[in-house]
Amino acid sequence: MVTLTINGQTVQVPAGTTILEAAEKAGIKIPTLCYLKDINKIAACRMCVVEVEGSDRLAAACDTPVEEGLVVHTNTPKVRKARRVNMELLLSQHASYCSTCIRSGNCPLQKLANDLNIHEMPYHVHVARGYTDTSTPLVRQASKCIKCMRCVQICEKVQTMGIWDLAGTGSRTTVDVSGNRTLKTSDCTFCGQCVTHCPTGALTARDDTVKVLDALADPEITTVVQIAPAVRVAWAESFGLTGKKAATGKMVAALRRLGFDYVFDTNFSADLTIMEEGSEFLERFTHRDRYHWPMFTSCCPGWVRFIKSQFPHYVDCLSTAKSPQQMFGAVAKTYFAEKIGVDPHRMFVVSIMPCMAKKSECALPTMRDACGDPDVEAVLTTREMDRLFRSDNIQPGDLPEEAFDSPLGTGTGAAVIFGATGGVMDAALRSAYYLVTGENPDPDAFTAVRGNKPWKEAVFSIPGAGEIRVAVVSGLGNTRKLMKALESGQGRYDFVEVMACPGGCAGGGGQPIHDGEELAGKREDALWKLDQKATIRFSHENPEIQSLYQEFLERPLGKKSHHLLHTDHTTWEVVEKGIWLDSN
Amino acid sequence: MSRLDIKTPSKAQMVVEHLYRSMEHRIEASPPGLCPIDMALNFLNLCHAQTCGKCVPCRVGLGQLSDLLHEVLDGRPSLDILQLIEDTAEVIVASADCAIGVNAAQLVLTGLHGFRDDYEEHILRHRCLGSLKNPVPCVALCPAGVDIPGYISLVREGRYADAVRLIRKDNPFPTACAYICEHPCEARCRRQMVDDAINIRGLKRFAVDHAGKVPNPPKAKPTGKTVTVIGGGPGGLSAAYYLALMGHQVTIYEQRKQLGGMLRYGIPSYRFPRELLDAEIASILSLGIKVHTEVEVGNDISFQELKKQYDCLYISIGAHTDKRTGIPGEDSQGVISAVELLRQIGDGDLPDFHGKQVVVIGGGNVAMDVTRSSIRLGADKVTCVYRRRQEDMTALPEEVEGAVAEGAELLTLQAPVRMESGPDGHVTALWTQPQIIGQADKNGRPSPNGADQPELRVPADIIIVAIGQGIETHGFEQSGIKIQRGGTILADSGTHLPDMEGVFAGGDCVTGPATVIRAIAAGKVAAANIDEYLGYCHTIEAEVEIPAPHLSDFTPRGRVSTTEREAGARKMDFQCIECGMTLEEAQRESARCLRCDHFGYGVFKGGREEKW
Repeated sequence: MVTLTINGQTVQVPAGTTILEAAEKAGIKIPTLCYLKDINKIAACRMCVVEVEGSDRLAAACDTPVEEGLVVHTNTPKVRKARRVNMELLLSQHASYCSTCIRSGNCPLQKLANDLNIHEMPYHVHVARGYTDTSTPLVRQASKCIKCMRCVQICEKVQTMGIWDLAGTGSRTTVDVSGNRTLKTSDCTFCGQCVTHCPTGALTARDDTVKVLDALADPEITTVVQIAPAVRVAWAESFGLTGKKAATGKMVAALRRLGFDYVFDTNFSADLTIMEEGSEFLERFTHRDRYHWPMFTSCCPGWVRFIKSQFPHYVDCLSTAKSPQQMFGAVAKTYFAEKIGVDPHRMFVVSIMPCMAKKSECALPTMRDACGDPDVEAVLTTREMDRLFRSDNIQPGDLPEEAFDSPLGTGTGAAVIFGATGGVMDAALRSAYYLVTGENPDPDAFTAVRGNKPWKEAVFSIPGAGEIRVAVVSGLGNTRKLMKALESGQGRYDFVEVMACPGGCAGGGGQPIHDGEELAGKREDALWKLDQKATIRFSHENPEIQSLYQEFLERPLGKKSHHLLHTDHTTWEVVEKGIWLDSN
Repeated sequence: MSRLDIKTPSKAQMVVEHLYRSMEHRIEASPPGLCPIDMALNFLNLCHAQTCGKCVPCRVGLGQLSDLLHEVLDGRPSLDILQLIEDTAEVIVASADCAIGVNAAQLVLTGLHGFRDDYEEHILRHRCLGSLKNPVPCVALCPAGVDIPGYISLVREGRYADAVRLIRKDNPFPTACAYICEHPCEARCRRQMVDDAINIRGLKRFAVDHAGKVPNPPKAKPTGKTVTVIGGGPGGLSAAYYLALMGHQVTIYEQRKQLGGMLRYGIPSYRFPRELLDAEIASILSLGIKVHTEVEVGNDISFQELKKQYDCLYISIGAHTDKRTGIPGEDSQGVISAVELLRQIGDGDLPDFHGKQVVVIGGGNVAMDVTRSSIRLGADKVTCVYRRRQEDMTALPEEVEGAVAEGAELLTLQAPVRMESGPDGHVTALWTQPQIIGQADKNGRPSPNGADQPELRVPADIIIVAIGQGIETHGFEQSGIKIQRGGTILADSGTHLPDMEGVFAGGDCVTGPATVIRAIAAGKVAAANIDEYLGYCHTIEAEVEIPAPHLSDFTPRGRVSTTEREAGARKMDFQCIECGMTLEEAQRESARCLRCDHFGYGVFKGGREEKW
């Protein structure tokens, strides 16, 4: 243990602790900006500088380890001045157009500048010229980047993709796509972790709300919206709502207020995914030698982009089942359009997703199976949906709870857990067990795949089928480790669930942003609770799914399913060809 | 008003003079990888500030060039701007009235031609090809990538054995390098921005002198693979060390009586004591490396035979043949090569030079080694003859100064023309042609030309030729190994030979005569690639925890230089001439380290490669 003094207060901490952590322990707040716990401790923004007695230079609290007898002051005139000047310098290269900024009100830079009581600028403002490309779901505005390097670090250390890096040297040093690439010509997975960890509006998900509002405004068009499982446990955070005020029914009501004709649930198509993917797994499992092992889930588009660019020799291991979002679109524009007698060309399907990569998934050329138009026209992130509520002055907390529409609005407990890491696996195993044995297992028989561990493994025995070795992984860095273990023969599995974002969709790149907090775990707990409370906890028992098969699809893996609900992952490229090194 | 005044610099002028020195240091400490155009622009701005303002090309032209370079960096113009830059700069070179303008525009032109692709990248794609690859200057410049801030911090903590362990991760010759490394690591030390570079080699010497016997790390499980290393110098022994740690069975074939290569047969013991060399080699061999000395590959055993016997081969035969001057009389008795003399001394056979006048031809480190050795062998007078100026000598300045202090004469700007011998065939003098220093070559090094002066007779009983070494590739060339121009073995930067499976080569025999640390680095690279070739991926790491950094002290302080024994005493023997630092000095010096592995870019992009 090391003893030091901070602002006159004696603090005892283990050796290796930083001054910042020691101060936190003592209840003394030191402001930070570039700092990101465990990920970015690079002392770049200098907001956390403190005065250490005996040194005439200020120390960055975030990366200075404590020493025995250190005497630290966090608010001396020298510190105050350094914080103020450095903040002013940061602002002199930041486009502080707060009134039109997507992060206004949720911006650590804005908050800290305000907290520091800075109301005028002694410096000229030079804002970087930017090339804003909205052809990808990930948008960077150079004029707002404060070079905190969080994006570089999260992409490198957590996701191991290294998309962002420093470019240039000297005064023109900036953050840009690594290796002199552009986003479009990079293998970015569009997971959006850089967006949710960006302290400013420099990195954002492309805003598609105008496209949706245009469709809502057109009386000729039937608008259909689906809501992904993980959205329901996060959407209310932006409004500060909790408990009953944050109920899913309030969100359904709010979406109706926006003008959607039908409000459906992606939980419905998550159950459908289980039927198709579970059946596919059993087909592969009972014809082992015909397939390349293991079978991977395919519902996460960030993961699909990852495997295609990083481990292309494993693409044939991906389940051919489409994601719940795309299954929903395909069913909405066939089965449902027919049911209500609407021309699918005049139907506009919107998804509310915790995800940014879904925006690129819905635009794939292979996702137009219902009528030739995209099966899903627009994807809004949870954040975009919240912004629409705000712009229409909707107070979701005060609305009465409303139910989803039918027949694409019922989901089981097995579906809602798609939003948590391990949930797809848990749900698939529940139904696979039934499909083999004709009997339901205990819905809590597969708890080994739940929880926050980044890489989970388990072996389950299904009478009549044998032992199934499964693995569940979330976060692309963990995924890379798992893939390497597979390549080297150290890992042997039959079925593997992968989610690109740490914690799964609950921690998705489209979810509300809380600077310095990781909320995936809390949201996941809420999803597992919804499963526990659900009256139906098996996908195959979803009555709407049963009707869908009876009335329309006939059977899982049947001809219609094959056409509408499955896809070929090999017919499109992650990196668009022919535009390599274009000059923007 | 006086009629004349004594020139006294103003206070401002004195401060500016100080700033000039700071800037010089700053340029010396420039990290690799900066944007060359940004640097060119800022050099240009400095040049422009020097203009007196009289003439148009310099006063206005340099400013316009600066604007144009700004535009390039901002990515605004089209490629046409490059022509405008070139035309403007050429006109300034041609029409400026004095060197201030001419040289400034020349800097721009040199850059425009030298890194045109960078210019184009900025214009076409608004990006820079430059990028900071390695955050720590000393590590970046060490050929073997030794973790220098790591071991300096260990020295500061008094953990000398850990320092040796950490160095051995990248360099199995910590002791050799502590005594004789040319320390390229110090060249861009960031501490120069504050005062002066850290005495890195001196600190390493303190560590090895105080570490005691440090056991080798444990070996990996035996792989059953066999590797032979041809040539037991620092490079071959380095490869052998790492390959043995990786679990391979290594056998070294050495042509000479003893191992060590140039460490033994090139570097005199007054720079690196033999007992330390022997101990360091014994420590490496204790990993179970087999050795065959006095076996010449190509003569005593064929290369093909070795290739058949072993799974993999590493050729590290060094550069041990002497180059001849080619002047008349070179075959006279008493004319010897530096290689020959040092080899003889290396095996402990000391010739007696008492009463002799010795003339050494050459100006490199080897010339200084034989000069200083000749003094120790009792020569009456040792004269070092060199055809350029003293400042053009390739020997380290401290080596030249050391030789002069020990009584050597330097006879510069004298080109040897013939060697004179007596009726007994023994050399009596060296005749030289005085030279005048002339035009600079491409690299800026001035060439000597014959001066309008009569020839000079330098009396000599012994002439030692030290004008460079070559490589004996005969036995290898016959086996199909490709020899490149200059007579060295052709191998790539991964030490692979073209079109020859399982054969690797590195060190002096590939690069030509270079430094010990470069040979060691080649051995390290070879070990990694041979391991890979054999189908393994062993990693080498040092399980040493690096101390947390202290807040850096930016107060300028003097660098602790190591001292030498008094010239009059040291020249009488072959004992080590350098005195190590005291504990007090080592603590002071290690505390000067700015810990670039942590502060600055290091903490962001990782200041440390923990394993390879």
